[in-house]
Amino acid sequence: MSDGGNDMIAPDRRALLKSAVGLATTTIAPGVTLYAFGVAEVGAKPADQAVTSAKRWGLLIDINKCPPGCDKCVTACSEENGWKSSGHPETDAQWIRKVTLRDPRTGVKREAPAMCQHCASPPCVDVCPTGASFKRADGIVLVDKHICIGCRYCMMACPYKARSFVHEEHDDQKVEAPRGKGTVESCTFCVTRVDAGRIPACVEACAAKAGAAMTFGDLNDPASDVSKALASGASAQIRADLGLDPGVRYRNL
Amino acid sequence: MAAVSLRRILLAALVVVGAALGLLKAEAADRTPVPQPVKPATAEKCVADTQFMRRNHMKMLLHQRDETMHEGIRTKQYSLANCVSCHAVKGADGKPVVYSDPKHFCRTCHSYAAVRIDCFECHASRPEEKAKAADASAGSRDAALSALSAHVAEMKR
Repeated sequence: MSDGGNDMIAPDRRALLKSAVGLATTTIAPGVTLYAFGVAEVGAKPADQAVTSAKRWGLLIDINKCPPGCDKCVTACSEENGWKSSGHPETDAQWIRKVTLRDPRTGVKREAPAMCQHCASPPCVDVCPTGASFKRADGIVLVDKHICIGCRYCMMACPYKARSFVHEEHDDQKVEAPRGKGTVESCTFCVTRVDAGRIPACVEACAAKAGAAMTFGDLNDPASDVSKALASGASAQIRADLGLDPGVRYRNL
Repeated sequence: MAAVSLRRILLAALVVVGAALGLLKAEAADRTPVPQPVKPATAEKCVADTQFMRRNHMKMLLHQRDETMHEGIRTKQYSLANCVSCHAVKGADGKPVVYSDPKHFCRTCHSYAAVRIDCFECHASRPEEKAKAADASAGSRDAALSALSAHVAEMKR
């Protein structure tokens, strides 16, 4: 089932894990307060330890809180990861974008940010011939650009059109977001930030400058913000029919 | 008699060697200069001793690369970003140079050894500017504070 790792972790082990990362947490406003004081929001893991499947990172996006015309999440991602339009929209980077959904009968329009959905069974990983496209133990789907040959098979396989190919040479990359010509890239959930216990740039920007539509956290931890938000009402997966169990969920879609 | 001819042979040999040296000297101007990598002023010593680093830096980077990429292990000691930030060489404009500049720390040796590296096709070849970094942290602090106030407002509601 979705959030499958949950059942596999014994409650006492979960409590142990929680206490290990939770020493610095406070009971009031666990998400925002901790970040404001510069301490881990989502539980920083020690830098020398590998990620494990005890966590599965996920995101809930409430479309009702997503203001029309707002692109704060997109700009934040672009600034954080150093991608920008090359002037060729057809080949531009697609880490995150706003999509407009319109009901042709009523003309009602909704907007939603779309990015890599960090599937539990990612088709991009299935098709990658070199193993460059992979899913980390904590559910973040990434491209290992060291072994990516730029065949773009993953771009074809992704039902969310979440990946893009780097067509131009760059020498102004961000230290934490390497990207280069000839490789495929996509949303990383701001993996270096997450490893440091911070939240993705889009989520941070949305909370600070827009409608706080995005909730990020550990889907395996029933006490996390995102799990609580998911438990509080209905949510939807895009193309749920494909059974990919995406880590990104939408509400009021 | 024998002594004289020996002296002649020696003289001839000297002339030949001298000419060869002269040729080498003329050629040297066209060759990639012998690297003289600049030691960073910011750190007292490297993560390992120089001889070890010369021979093994690529192995350490490769090892760290896979651990970081696939397991999220982000220790600083052997990270490429750490190398780049210590070994940044400043250019004429006072800013650290990028890999396309022949003065770049990695470039000096790699040009000489004719070893083409592709690290910097994707990775940043210079540290992020400090002023910028300070701005960014101030920005995120602001963001955090407004996120906090938004959260408090929501709690009150």
